[in-house]
Amino acid sequence: MSLDAPFKDPFFRDESFFGDYSYRNSPHAVKRFPFPFPEDDYMYSVNMEPHVKGRPGSVFEHYFDVDEHYVSEMRDRARVLEQDPLRCQSLPHMTLAGWDLLELIMEKFAEDYPHWFSLTKDGNRWHWINRPLGIDQKFTFLDESTLPYGPFEYITRQAQGDFTLQDQREDNLWIEAGMVTSQADWSLDFDIGMNFHEWHAPVPLAHQMGIFDRALKFLLALQYGAPVRRFNWTMTVDPLLDTSPENYPKWGPSKTTMTPETIGQRQHLRVELQTLIRLPRSNAICFPIRCYLISLDDLVTQPKWARRFHRVIRGLPDELATYKGFIRNKPMILEYLARFDDGAPTSPGWWPED
Amino acid sequence: MSQTQADDVMKSRPLYGRLVPKQGSYHFIVADGEGGEAVASLLNAAPDMKPRAHIIYIPGANGTDLTGMVSGLGARVFHPAPSYASASQRINKVLGDAHMGLQLYAAGTEGLIGQVQRDAMAAGLPHDALTTEQRGSLARRVQCVHCKGITENVTLDPFVCAHCGLNLFVRDHYSRRLAAFQGVCIDAEDPGEVPPSEERFK
Amino acid sequence: MSNQTRMNVTVTEVVEVNSLIKRFRFVREDGGAMPGFSGGAHTVVEMDDNGTRRLNAYSLMSDPADSSGYEISVRRDDSGRGGSLFMHKGVKPGMKMVISQPVNLFGLDLRARKHLMIAGGIGITPFIAQMAQLDSLGHRFELHYAARDADLCAYGAELSARYGERLHRYYDVEKQAIDLANLLKTQPIGTHLYVCGPKGMIGWVLSTAQKMGWPKGALHSEEFLAPPVGEAFTVQLSRSGVSIDVGPTQSMLEALEAAGIDAPYLCRGGACGQCECKVDAAEGEILHYDHWLSDDQKAAKTHIMPCVSRFKGERLVIDL
Repeated sequence: MSLDAPFKDPFFRDESFFGDYSYRNSPHAVKRFPFPFPEDDYMYSVNMEPHVKGRPGSVFEHYFDVDEHYVSEMRDRARVLEQDPLRCQSLPHMTLAGWDLLELIMEKFAEDYPHWFSLTKDGNRWHWINRPLGIDQKFTFLDESTLPYGPFEYITRQAQGDFTLQDQREDNLWIEAGMVTSQADWSLDFDIGMNFHEWHAPVPLAHQMGIFDRALKFLLALQYGAPVRRFNWTMTVDPLLDTSPENYPKWGPSKTTMTPETIGQRQHLRVELQTLIRLPRSNAICFPIRCYLISLDDLVTQPKWARRFHRVIRGLPDELATYKGFIRNKPMILEYLARFDDGAPTSPGWWPED
Repeated sequence: MSQTQADDVMKSRPLYGRLVPKQGSYHFIVADGEGGEAVASLLNAAPDMKPRAHIIYIPGANGTDLTGMVSGLGARVFHPAPSYASASQRINKVLGDAHMGLQLYAAGTEGLIGQVQRDAMAAGLPHDALTTEQRGSLARRVQCVHCKGITENVTLDPFVCAHCGLNLFVRDHYSRRLAAFQGVCIDAEDPGEVPPSEERFK
Repeated sequence: MSNQTRMNVTVTEVVEVNSLIKRFRFVREDGGAMPGFSGGAHTVVEMDDNGTRRLNAYSLMSDPADSSGYEISVRRDDSGRGGSLFMHKGVKPGMKMVISQPVNLFGLDLRARKHLMIAGGIGITPFIAQMAQLDSLGHRFELHYAARDADLCAYGAELSARYGERLHRYYDVEKQAIDLANLLKTQPIGTHLYVCGPKGMIGWVLSTAQKMGWPKGALHSEEFLAPPVGEAFTVQLSRSGVSIDVGPTQSMLEALEAAGIDAPYLCRGGACGQCECKVDAAEGEILHYDHWLSDDQKAAKTHIMPCVSRFKGERLVIDL
C-alpha cells in the first residue's frame, strides 16, 4: 500500500485529526452533514430504517459514503494503527467474514465511484485500484498470502469509519473482529469476543428499556440484501477521531480547557452513521460505524439545526450527558446554543432546508 | 467516560452457579481458596466421580489454604499448585488432550473462574461448558485499559495500576477473553483529583 | 419479506436423482451472479400451485463458491400438502420462479476444531454445501450418512468419491447403524456436532450427546419440518376484525398471505421465531408443531407459530 501520491484530486482535503487539528468541513460538507435529530427531543430507540439510497448529494446517496475527508482519515487510521496495532483485531474464525467485507467494499466503491476505484475479476484473480490512496493491487480472492494484510485489515485501511464483524451463533451475536480507530470511547481490545448484551453493558438506561433485546431479535433475522441503518451521537472536544479509552489520559484534559470564546470552534457534534449488513459466505453481520464531526460554529449556520440541537441538549437526562462524556461542559454548550434558539417551531425531519 | 454503574445494570458481569455433578467421561476440577469447600461438596454428593476426577487446587490470595482437606477427597489425581500461573501449562495440556465428554468445573474467586473459562474457550470448548461456583474473596482481576496490564486481587476502588501507576476506577465491564474487569483512569480530566479508595470487593 | 430479499430466477435443470428425489438448478433471470452463501443456508421457493401460493424452504446444496447458480433437492412427499408434488410434477426447465436470498439457521461454528456431521436421508443437503465450504477452508470434518438403501442414499457415492474416508455411509436395509456412543466418545475437545434428518434421529443424536456430557453450545440441528396437513379451521384477526379460513393442506401463514396480510417469516418451518403471534383467545386446542415456543408458552395458549401450527376447536383469535 502506498500513500505517496494522495491529494491528486483536489476534492480531498489535506488535514489533520490531531495536533494542530486542521480538520474543517467545506460549506458543501456542512450542508450534507448527517444531523441525527428528526425531532426536538432525543431518547434511545432502536430507530432503524432500511439502508437504501437516499437524496443525491446526501450521505445516503451511495452504499458507502466517501467524502472530502477520505484521504486524510485513512492517513489518520494508519497513524493510529502504527501507534497501537491492537486497534485492529480479527479472531481466526472471522477471516472468511473479512473476505466478505472486502468484496462488499470493493464492489460498492467501484460501482458508486468509478472515477476513483476499480475492481476487475478473473475468477478468483482480482485486480483492485484505489486511485485516491495510490493503490494498485493484484491478488487472489480467499488467499490471505496474496495481500499485505489480512482481508479485513487490508480493506478497512481503505474505508472511512470503524468496522466490526459479528459472528452469529447460539441465538446471539459475537463481536469477533474490529477496526477501531475513530471510536466514541470504547475499547475493541477489551470488548472483542463479547456477545451483544455484554458489549453494550456500559450503556445506561437502554437495557431496562428492553432496547437491546428488541434490537438483537431484529438483527438475528437481518437478511442478506436488506441492510439497515441508524444514527448515534455524542460530543467531542476538538476534531479528534480517535477518542479511545486507551488514550483517555491524553485527550480527557481537553475537556477542561474549553472557554466560551473557543467553544464554537472546539466543541464538535460527533455523529455515527451505523449500518448493519448481513454478509453472504460467513453469515456474519458487518457493522460499519461511520463518524462525522461538525463544529458548533458550523452547525449553527443551519438555523433549524441550531434551534433543535439546543432543545435536544436542554432536555437530555444527565445520565446520558455523563455517559456521552460532556456533562462537565453541558452548561457552557447550552449557553452557546441558546443564542441561536428564538423559540420558533422546527419542521419535522433532519434535512436543514425542509 | 462514565463512572462505575450500579450492579443491577451490569450486563457483562458473569453469573455463577453451583458445582453440581454433570454426566461425563472425565471430571477436571480447578479451585482456589474457599473454592475447595465447593469441591468437597461436589465430590461428597457424587462419590462415583472420584475415580475419574482430576483436581488442581491453589491456595487463596487471602491466605485460605485448604490443600490438606482437598487432597484427602479421594480424587484419582490431585495436584496442589502455588498459583494459577504455575498450573497454567498443566491445565492447557489436560484440556488439549481431552475428548468431548470431559466435564470442567471451576470454584473459588472470580479471577480463577475467569481464567479457567478463558483457557477452556481457547481449547475450543463453548462458553457454556464450564460449571462454576464463586466462593471466598470477591477480589477482582482488573485490566488497565491504558497500559493493558492486569492487576490481580483488586479489593479497592479506585486503585493504582500495578503496571503503569495510573489511578484507576473499576468499571463494571467484564471481558471473558481476558478474564478481567476494566480499569479506567479516574483523574484523566483533572490530574491528581482522586477520591478516597473504598474497599468495594472484599 | 421485501423485494430486496427475493430473486427472479430461471430453472435450468431438473434431474431425477432417485425414485423420491429431484434436483433443481436456478440461475438469475438477469444473468447476474448469485450471492455467495454460507453452508447450511436455505432459500424459500415461491410456487403458484393452481392458484395456491406456496412458499417452501429448501437447503442450498450447491457449492457456496459457485455464483453461477443455486441447487436444491426436493424429496417427494405423496401424503404432504402438495409443495413437493408441485416441484416434482410442475417445475420444468425454462420455468421462471421467485426464490429468496439465502438465510442460514443452521450455520457452521467456524471456531470448531472439528466438525462432526450426522445426516439422515434428505437431511444430507445442507451438509453437501457445508462440506464444500469446509473443504475449501481446510477445516477438519467427518460425515456419517444414514439412508434406507443405496438408491435412497442420494449423492452418497459422489460424496464418498470426493471426500474419501471422511464420509461414512449406513444402509438401514443392511442393518448398518451409526455407532453413536463410540463416535461421540472419541471426538477431540472443540468438536462441534451437527445433525439434520428425521425428527427421531435428531432427538436420538442430541439426547445421546447431552447424556455423554457434550455442552449445548457444541450441538447444532436442523429438522426439515414441512407444515403439517390437518383439518380446516378459521382464525380471527383481532386488529382488523377479519376472519380467515385455513384449508386442510394450507398453513395459517399461507392463508394470511393469501388474504393479503404481510406477515414476517424466515424459515416457514417452526424454528426461527419470526412469525410468532400473540393469541387473544383460543377456545379449543392449539396444535403446536414448532420448535420455537417454550413448553410453558405452548401450554398457556398465549402464542402460536402460524407457519406450522394449527387449531382445532370453537374459536381462535390472534393479535394481527
